[in-house]
Amino acid sequence: MSTPEATGQPLLELRGINKSFGAVHVLHDVDFAVYPGQVTALVGDNGAGKSTLVKALAGIYPADSGEYLFEGKPVTVNGPKDSADLGIEVVYQDLALCDNLDIVENMFLGRELHRGSVLLDEPEMESKARETLASLSVRTVKSVRQSVASLSGGQRQTVAIAKAVLWNSKVVLLDEPTAALGVAQTRQVLDLVRRLADRGLGVVLISHNMVDVFEVADRITALFLGRVAADVPAKSVNHTQVVELITSGRSGEMGIAPATAAQSA
Amino acid sequence: MSVDTQTPSPAPAADPGFSGDQRATTVGGAVREYADKIRGGDMGALPAVLGLIVLLIVFSAIQPDTFPSPRNIANLTVQAGAICVLAMGLVPVLLLGDIDLSAGVSGGTASAVTALALANHGQSWPVAVVVGVLTGAVIGLLIGIMVAKVGIPAFVVTLAFFLGLQGVNLKLIGSGASIPVRNETILNISNSNMNVVLGWVVAIVAIVLYGLLALRKHQVQVKRGLQHGPLALVLARIVGLALLVVAFTAILSVDRAPAVGVVLAGVPWVVPLVVVLLIVLTFIFSKTSYGRHVYAVGGNKEAGRRAGINVDAIRVSVFAIASSMAAISGIITASRLNGVSPDAGAGNTLLYAVGAAVIGGTSLFGGRGKVRDAVIGGFVIATIDNGLGLLGQEAYVKFIVTGVVLLIAASVDALSRRRRTVTGT
Ligand SMILES: Nc1ncnc2c1ncn2[C@@H]1O[C@H](COP(=O)(O)OP(=O)(O)OP(=O)(O)O)[C@@H](O)[C@H]1O
Ligand SMILES: [Mg+2]
Repeated sequence: MSTPEATGQPLLELRGINKSFGAVHVLHDVDFAVYPGQVTALVGDNGAGKSTLVKALAGIYPADSGEYLFEGKPVTVNGPKDSADLGIEVVYQDLALCDNLDIVENMFLGRELHRGSVLLDEPEMESKARETLASLSVRTVKSVRQSVASLSGGQRQTVAIAKAVLWNSKVVLLDEPTAALGVAQTRQVLDLVRRLADRGLGVVLISHNMVDVFEVADRITALFLGRVAADVPAKSVNHTQVVELITSGRSGEMGIAPATAAQSA
Repeated sequence: MSVDTQTPSPAPAADPGFSGDQRATTVGGAVREYADKIRGGDMGALPAVLGLIVLLIVFSAIQPDTFPSPRNIANLTVQAGAICVLAMGLVPVLLLGDIDLSAGVSGGTASAVTALALANHGQSWPVAVVVGVLTGAVIGLLIGIMVAKVGIPAFVVTLAFFLGLQGVNLKLIGSGASIPVRNETILNISNSNMNVVLGWVVAIVAIVLYGLLALRKHQVQVKRGLQHGPLALVLARIVGLALLVVAFTAILSVDRAPAVGVVLAGVPWVVPLVVVLLIVLTFIFSKTSYGRHVYAVGGNKEAGRRAGINVDAIRVSVFAIASSMAAISGIITASRLNGVSPDAGAGNTLLYAVGAAVIGGTSLFGGRGKVRDAVIGGFVIATIDNGLGLLGQEAYVKFIVTGVVLLIAASVDALSRRRRTVTGT
C-alpha cells in the first residue's frame, strides 16, 4: 500500500471551484486533488455536492469559476470528450447506459473501434468487452450481447464499471459504485478500486459506507454543503471524526469555521 | 474517430465462468430464444411479415384474377417504391423519438425543383437530381436546427413546414398546373424495367454476396469465440432470402403485356434503386459509429452526451437524412406520375410512410427499429392501397383503413413497450 503522506504532485487538481444551478449555489470555492496511486474518498451528506463535483471534473457541468489542473498543467474541460481524452473515466451515480444497446455497444459507446476508417470492428469490441468483464469476475451476465435493459441493478453497475476500466485511464471516478451491489460484488469492486490505485491510477471513490471508505481510502475529502470541510490522510482521522465532518462540517480543530458554514446553509 | 491516446487495457486471464454465450446454441435453443424475445415485447418486423402474408392471401382469394397477376405485382412494387424510400428516411428520425410531419411535402418541393431544373432550365438529369436532393437536405437542416438548437418540438416545427412548403409548392408550380417530366432517365425509374437477363444476374449476385457475407461473419464469430447462432440458422436465412428474391424476380420476369405481340417483362428499375438505398442506409445505421450514436441518443440522450456524442449534431443530421430521402421519394413519384403537381407529397403520403415505418417495427418512442423493416412495412401499406383499389373501393375507404392500420401498428408498439418495461428485456 502506498503511504498517504508521500503525496507529491497531484494528478488532477481543482482550485476554487464554484458551481451554481440558477440561484442554487452548489459548490463553494472547492479545492480538490487526486494523487496517483491513491484512493481519495469523497464523502458528504445527501446533497452535499459530491456528484456535482464529479460532473464538473468530467465536463458534464463545467464549473462557473476556478482552476482545473491536470498533471500540473492548466487545462480546459468543457465536455465529456475533453475529460476522456485526458484519461479520466467516470462511473456515474445515475449510470448513464443506453437500455436499447447491448453490453458491448454500451462499453464502447463514443469510442468504437474500427476496421479501416468507418466500419465498426464488432469482433474486436466483443472480445475486449468479454475480457474486461471476465477480469471483473462477472459470472451472472448471460451474454455480452444482451441488451442492458434486461440486466439487474447490480449487473448494470458492473457494466458501468467495466466500461470505465476498459480504457487505460489515469483517473477513475466512481460515484457510489457499490450502492446497488450484493456482498460479493461489493467485495470485488473494493478490491478493484485498490488494484487500480496500486497500478498507479488516481482513484476517487464516493461512498456513504464508512467501513468501505476506511478500508480502501488513502485520503478523505469531506464536503459539507458544497464546501470542503476537510482534506486529510485517512490514517489521521477516525470514524467518529469523519461522521462529524459530514454531518456538521466540523470536528474539533478540523472543518469549516462556524461563520462560513452558516453562510451556505 | 479513432482511439488515439487510449487503448483498451491488456487482456486479463479469461474467466471460465463467463463463457456461456460463446457456445453455439442448437436450432431448438435459437427458436426458444426467439420466442422469449417475442414474448418479452421485442417483436421486430414479425407483425409486418405476418400482416403482409395475410394480406397477400386475402386479396388473392378475393381477386384471384387480378391481384396476384404479374402485372399487378409490378404495379404494387412501383407503388411501394416511393413509400419505402420515404419510410426508410423517417426511421432515423423515429429512432430519436422525433417525428417529421413535413417529409411528404418536402419531397414534393424537392421533386418540383428537380422537374423545374429539367423543364425550364434545361439541366441534365444528374444535375437536376442533385439539386433536388440538396433542396431536401437544406429543408432538413433547417428543421433540424430549429428542433435541436432552438428547442422547438419536432412535431410543431415540421407541422409548420408541412403547411409552409405546400405554399411554396403552389407558388413554384401554380395552382391547377403541373410541371411535366419528360426526361427519359427519370421516367424510366417507375415506368421501365430491367432487361430480364440483367434482372436475374443482379438477383443472383445479390444472393451470393449476402450468403458470403453472412457465412464469413459466422466464421469470424466462431473462430474468435464470440457469441453466435447455430450455422443451420444462418443457412436457413440465406435460403429464405434466396427463395424470396428468386420468386420475386421470376414473377416480374413473366411477360405481363396486356396485348399480344408486345413484350413487357423484367424487374422495374425502382427496385434496384430501393435496394441500393436500403444497403447504404443499413450500412450506415448498423456498421458505423454514426449509426450507433443515433441509436444511443434515441435510447438515452444523457448517456449519449456523457459518452461524448454531439447530440445536437445527431438530431440535425437525422432530419437532413429524412428530407433527402423524401426528395428521392418525391422524384420516384414524379417519375410514376410523369410530373409534379402542387399537392405532391400532401394528402396521405406521409401517413403511409409513417405507417410503413411503424408497421415495420420502428418504435415511436425512439431507440428501436431498422431501416430494413421500413421496406417490409412499405409493402404492407402498398398492398393495402393496391388491393383496396382493385376491389373498387372509394378513396375514403382507403383513408380509413390505412388510418386504422397505423393505429393498430402504434398500439402494438405501445403495448410491446409496456411489456418490455414489465419483463425488463
Ligand atoms: N441539474 C441540477 N439542477 C439543479 N440543481 C441540481 C442539479 N444537480 C444537482 N443539483 C443540486 O445540487 C445539490 C448537490 O447535488 P449532488 O447531486 O451533487 O449531491 P450529492 O452529494 O451527490 O448527494 P447524494 O449523496 O444524494 O448523491 C443538491 O441540492 C441538488 O438539488
Ligand atoms: Mg450523488
